[in-house]
Amino acid sequence: MKAAVIVFPGSNCDRDLAVAFEKAGFSVDMVWHKDPTLPEKVDIVGIPGGFSFGDYLRCGAIAGQSPVMQGVAAHVERGGYALGVCNGFQVLCETGLLPGALMRNSSLKFICRMQRLSVETTSSVFTQAYSQGQEIDIPLAHHDGNYVIAPEGLAALKDQDRVAFRYVGNPNGSTDDIAGVLSENRRVLGMMPHPERVIDATHGGTDGQAMFAGLTGALVGA
Amino acid sequence: MRATVTVMLKQGVLDPQGEAVRHALGALGFEGVEGVRQGKVIELDLADGTSQESVTAMCEKLLANTVIESYSISMA
Repeated sequence: MKAAVIVFPGSNCDRDLAVAFEKAGFSVDMVWHKDPTLPEKVDIVGIPGGFSFGDYLRCGAIAGQSPVMQGVAAHVERGGYALGVCNGFQVLCETGLLPGALMRNSSLKFICRMQRLSVETTSSVFTQAYSQGQEIDIPLAHHDGNYVIAPEGLAALKDQDRVAFRYVGNPNGSTDDIAGVLSENRRVLGMMPHPERVIDATHGGTDGQAMFAGLTGALVGA
Repeated sequence: MRATVTVMLKQGVLDPQGEAVRHALGALGFEGVEGVRQGKVIELDLADGTSQESVTAMCEKLLANTVIESYSISMA
């Protein structure tokens, strides 16, 4: 099983994400943003958190146009898996691989704390190891996590059971308390909270482990 | 030649920064400010003959996120 973690100038959760994949049994290649293709036989692409390109223009906008995203889009079109966390979620929205957009938090404040989430669907490789409605604690660290989507788009997400996580107590103004969404084929997940930061009890929590362990379980059989 | 691109949040998208500015103006005693919307202005220095269509493409591809933002272009 192979994971590729994309590195942009300003990424700062790339190594954390790589460690989470490695602990779950993946071999991990770090891929620089200027590389237009991914390594061969990558099962899943991780797009990490951070402040790619200094968040200039809009969060994720410039990263979304970088050469490596052509490789990521091709991987997704082939039916490959992708996980975007925080800035990675913003990048996936900017490229159109996920619907909606992420705006400044309604409080205008940077939020950095543990957040309770509700698992809204177990019908994805990312969430299958949780139980429906399970509440988990995953840390937040963002200034622009306010998820915005037009009513038609929101209806489609709900009809197709593509809301992966909701906030329990909305921290940032997100539409319908949405913390994470799945692509139409359910193989791309974008979320603002950081599951890769809670995979080790000594770091303050283990509620993210099930996501990476679930990925391993699903992809071994694939 | 120069193009000036103005990017604003679409009508209907709540603008938390604009709201904060409105509150601040009220706190300073300026009355009657009923709404504030905050956007950005991007000036492009362009080679002569660059078409407006080309600037439109720049807006669609990068300068604006048309999910939440609208843009207008002024060429001079």
